[in-house]
Amino acid sequence: MSTANTAQSEGPSASRQAASLEFREATKRYTGSDRPAVDRLSLEVPAGEICVLVGPSGCGKTTAMRMVNRMIEITDGDILVGGKSVRQSDETELRRHVGYVIQQVGLFPHRNVADNIATVPQLLGWDKRRTAARVDELMDLIGLEREMAGRYPAQLSGGQRQRVGVARALAADPPVMLMDEPFGAIDPINRERLQNEFLRLQAEIRKTVVFVTHDIDEAIKMGDRIAVMQEGGRLAQYAPPAELLMSPANAFVEDFVGADRALKRLALQRVRDVDLIAATDGHPSEPAIDIDEPLRDALSEMLGAQVSVAPVVENGRVVGLLSIERVSQAIGRDT
Amino acid sequence: MSALLAQLELHDRSAANDCVANNGICPSWIADNIDRYWSPFLQHLYLTVVSVAIGFAIAFGLALLAHRRRWLAPPITQITGVLYTLPSVAVFFLLLPLTGRGNTTAVIALVAYSLLILFRNMMEGFANVPAETRDAGRGMGLTQQQLLWRVELPLALPEIMAGLRIALTTTVGLASLAFLAGAGGLGEALFDQIAFRSNVLVAGGLALLLAVALDLLVLGVQKAITPWTRAVST
Repeated sequence: MSTANTAQSEGPSASRQAASLEFREATKRYTGSDRPAVDRLSLEVPAGEICVLVGPSGCGKTTAMRMVNRMIEITDGDILVGGKSVRQSDETELRRHVGYVIQQVGLFPHRNVADNIATVPQLLGWDKRRTAARVDELMDLIGLEREMAGRYPAQLSGGQRQRVGVARALAADPPVMLMDEPFGAIDPINRERLQNEFLRLQAEIRKTVVFVTHDIDEAIKMGDRIAVMQEGGRLAQYAPPAELLMSPANAFVEDFVGADRALKRLALQRVRDVDLIAATDGHPSEPAIDIDEPLRDALSEMLGAQVSVAPVVENGRVVGLLSIERVSQAIGRDT
Repeated sequence: MSALLAQLELHDRSAANDCVANNGICPSWIADNIDRYWSPFLQHLYLTVVSVAIGFAIAFGLALLAHRRRWLAPPITQITGVLYTLPSVAVFFLLLPLTGRGNTTAVIALVAYSLLILFRNMMEGFANVPAETRDAGRGMGLTQQQLLWRVELPLALPEIMAGLRIALTTTVGLASLAFLAGAGGLGEALFDQIAFRSNVLVAGGLALLLAVALDLLVLGVQKAITPWTRAVST
């Protein structure tokens, strides 16, 4: 990532303010179907946050997302992007200012990487120089070497294609991004890598993101807030990940987040968040646990070493002791 | 036979005479007479190119229409299918009272014949555009027109060009019958001396050459304008 480059041109980082997003009783009804696909969905996504829509297939999560850029027309209610009704926006204009990433990526097979990324800038009539500079910048941002610019999508790996898909969606610096199972078709190892890359990217660009997945673990990892949807297009719960795991709103959510929700909560907390026991003389020296480790990893290490107390280190110095008891208190504690 | 005798009188080189008299393949006769084929050859080329060009334009218009309104595709396929199966000789004679002898009659029949091949390949090309590519294009704010010209048509090019190649080669073949409609072409030269091997070889050979040349030309153009189809993963 070249920050120097970013600074001089219209950079990816916060050059445009992210916009807040609000679903207001948004409803989708298809003719000939007695139940709505999305039923009076109301939720607010603060600017710059990732909202994950999660739920089983047929719960209306993709439909809800596609109503934002009017790929699916809203039947009732409204969606506001930056306070502006999407129903009153020009459809084409709206879509050019909402980034769009789908599972199958949908790169244009007949255009090379650079031309794919340049799609929306070209539609918006940017001049050649500005477009080329932006393409270079995005290639750096997604970690793709510049010589890949001339390749066709068929010459890329699945992960590279998805990165180009994200770059293409970001090209005109849209305040809002829609991502429909963007990493769903990628193998587990590369999916994890892409997720981490996107979170790093998001820390920099701070877009308002609507992210659709059916995978609760991905939802917990990616979301600042999670909207769990259930059959009939109804919102079951809308909460930050920790709260969702701590207090599921109903039996459906409890079941959906899984029996291991306590362990999932551990993954969200770090050793630093726990009240440590003061270190005493003669404390065990193994296994040393880093204070910034997720609690889940720390617990795993302790169980693996068959100890109930382990030293916690910060910058190579022991700062306290972690016990299994303290870990279990941490899960039970309200956040 | 009288034509053959006339040739005999015109050429007095004995070797050539023997060859022609024996109805052989006569290089010297061919060398002396090749000029006679130039005009039928050009006429053949003209009939083929004009017919396929008009056919292409009509099929393209129909394909765009059927692409927008799906329900139109089956009836268009059926109608062009009927035109395709009508024997072109029959069409020539049916048209003669209306359009008279000449290029018009021949071109109408050849166009009618080419429509099905061109139309079906165009529809096939549109059908092969990946749904996710279309979805992503719409989602990024391409209008219907932009999607058509910038995404769907380029991606349909391989099939469209394949259809064009088939249409061209079959039309070269069918245009050999255009002389029945009074439109000349290599067919006229061929049937004029159908019993004389040297003539059949030259007239038939030129038609074959024309078909191959047009086919290669379109293939070359297709390769040049669809570079992505040759991009393989590295």
